[in-house]
Amino acid sequence: MNIIVVGLSHKTAPVEIREKVAFPPTEMEAPLMKMLALPAISEGMIVSTCNRVELYAVSRQPEAAILELKSFLADFHALPEAVLNEHLYDRSGDDAIHHVLRVASSLDSMVIGEPQILGQIKTAYGYACEFKTTGTILNRFMHKAFSVAKRIRTETAIASSAVSVSFAAVELARKIFDSLENKTVMLVGAGEMCELAAKHFVNQGVSKVLVTNRTFSRAEKLAAEFNGTAVNFDNFREQLHRVDILLSSTGAPDYILSAGKLKEVCKMRRFKPMFLIDIAVPRDIDPAANKLDCVYLYDVDDLQGVVQANLKERHKEAEKAELIIKGEVAQFRNWLDTLQIKPTIVALRRQMEQIRQVEMERTLANLNHLNDKERKAIEAMSAAIVNKILHQPTQKLKQVNQNDDGTLYLDAVRTLFDLPAQDVTHSDATDSE
Amino acid sequence: MGSLSLLFAVTTLSYLAASLLYLVGMIGRRPQLPQAGRWVLLIGIISQASCFAVRHSSAGGTPVTSLHESLAFFAWCLILLFLLLDLRFKLSVMGAFAAPMALLLMIGSALCPDVVVQLSPVLKSWLFPVHITFAFLGNAAFALSFGAGVMYLIQNRMLKSKRFTGIYQLLPSLDSLDKVNYTCLSVGFPLMTLGIISGAFWANIAWGTYWSWDPKETWALLTWFLYAALLHGRLTIGWRGRKAAIFSIIAFMFLLFTFLGVNLLLGGYHTFESFAVI
Repeated sequence: MNIIVVGLSHKTAPVEIREKVAFPPTEMEAPLMKMLALPAISEGMIVSTCNRVELYAVSRQPEAAILELKSFLADFHALPEAVLNEHLYDRSGDDAIHHVLRVASSLDSMVIGEPQILGQIKTAYGYACEFKTTGTILNRFMHKAFSVAKRIRTETAIASSAVSVSFAAVELARKIFDSLENKTVMLVGAGEMCELAAKHFVNQGVSKVLVTNRTFSRAEKLAAEFNGTAVNFDNFREQLHRVDILLSSTGAPDYILSAGKLKEVCKMRRFKPMFLIDIAVPRDIDPAANKLDCVYLYDVDDLQGVVQANLKERHKEAEKAELIIKGEVAQFRNWLDTLQIKPTIVALRRQMEQIRQVEMERTLANLNHLNDKERKAIEAMSAAIVNKILHQPTQKLKQVNQNDDGTLYLDAVRTLFDLPAQDVTHSDATDSE
Repeated sequence: MGSLSLLFAVTTLSYLAASLLYLVGMIGRRPQLPQAGRWVLLIGIISQASCFAVRHSSAGGTPVTSLHESLAFFAWCLILLFLLLDLRFKLSVMGAFAAPMALLLMIGSALCPDVVVQLSPVLKSWLFPVHITFAFLGNAAFALSFGAGVMYLIQNRMLKSKRFTGIYQLLPSLDSLDKVNYTCLSVGFPLMTLGIISGAFWANIAWGTYWSWDPKETWALLTWFLYAALLHGRLTIGWRGRKAAIFSIIAFMFLLFTFLGVNLLLGGYHTFESFAVI
């Protein structure tokens, strides 16, 4: 049995193509059913996000399955196959396992470590479950993918730092202030980035928001949005001593806050730290203010710098994640290998034979008065019992193995008799989400 | 002496294990490791306390008379205070400072000759253990405030220069570090004050004078003034942050000299040899 992936992503296809092959979430039944009806496919699911469309399938004939999936994708969206094929990639076997684990762990995302993709795959799996297009292998595989993603999230710092300017500001504030709960934020001027950052601050528990603007009505409007207070622009400097975090983005050509003024403010605040974020270009706050002990001043370039550094950090962490994935691929491959009929029957027979021999030895050790002939008779009887018991299940296994749900029985046998996989540790039973 | 050296080894190994747990936990970002480090440190101070108890009964007096014993006692005080601080602030990063420092003190202690000094009869008084306990706990609190001060400066430097290295993610906020610095200071100062006062009373019993300007006394008083100034600055003028951190680092340098430098360089009756029966 093989895992198959056919799909395209932001790395291989422009948005014009991606939007054409996307599957609307409200109409998943038809494509899923069509996909499952393909002759070479025994299980399948569809992941469709704005950055990728991928078909995950299970098949005994990977080459045929890939071709079928490709034409399915083209036919379903009424696109010429030749055009679509340029953007499609396909994986099978270990490569496919590796690919899906990377996608679920957000290593293949546009912004590495972004958290949405895992939820999107979970949703896609939810649809597949709803329409019963997955089976033993995809079920196990998806749970593996979810647990690997979770593991990578906790064991590496891949998603721990902010990669947007507004979030970077919140993160910095957390490194200055103990908690944001009793802090006051002031917005000077209006600007999308400032408002976004202010929203993040409010979400993080900032209690008081002051808004000032040259046009007082705009200040009032924005203040209402944040449940804050509007402050007259002419005397906003008088309020500064109450402000812990200041977001500034006015269109003023010169500095609206001088280092000297901030020095006074610091004194009034008894040198409690102040975090100033100056997103305006040209800048609003005299950069010399950063030299004051209690002022932490960041302009837009500084914040960009933080974001860049965080991205670099994520890429470093991604290397750790790749190692984790490598190990997990091998582990899943081992489990998949156990789902073959011959080794399973051999393992089952070996296990029974071992039990028989142990019990024989134990019994015969206490029956010293038996002669050779009698011993042989008992031995033959025990062997016959084992054979008789195993005959029916073996036949049944061979029979159902012709069908798609054969793997279900193989897995059940492995689990019920706790059969070890050859040369590998069989430790997959624990990885439930 | 078998049980003594065994307990000493258990203590040192606990501090070593805890240091590794805290450092690896911090650098490898495994928060569960410092959690374990806490319990390992607890084992360490319990085994060290038993070590003191054994020594106490065999020496017939407070076992803090040689450098070997002093360094070990310092380590014990440091870890005890750290664990109490950790209960309050949950700043496991401080453990990455306290545990290795305790380990160094234990190694230093092991390198010093382990002699059991018999106190001369004049010095035998209940004030002796009181004096050294206050003094050492005070020192340990100041050591922790020093650690918090160093971390503050590192974190502050990164926030100011806007160049962030790996440590940045690991250090807590400036506010928390400042709070730890202040808490340690406000705990350490009264302890040190009590240490000096109890020492003066003890001196009066032993030698009939409260204060004799022995080098240790002079330096201790100087250090005490420094810490008093820092506390005063924090409470009334609003010193905090970087200034307070630098000050607590400088004051700790004086404290170190008072603790070690005076004994090793200047002499006086606080030296360990002078405790002995002559």
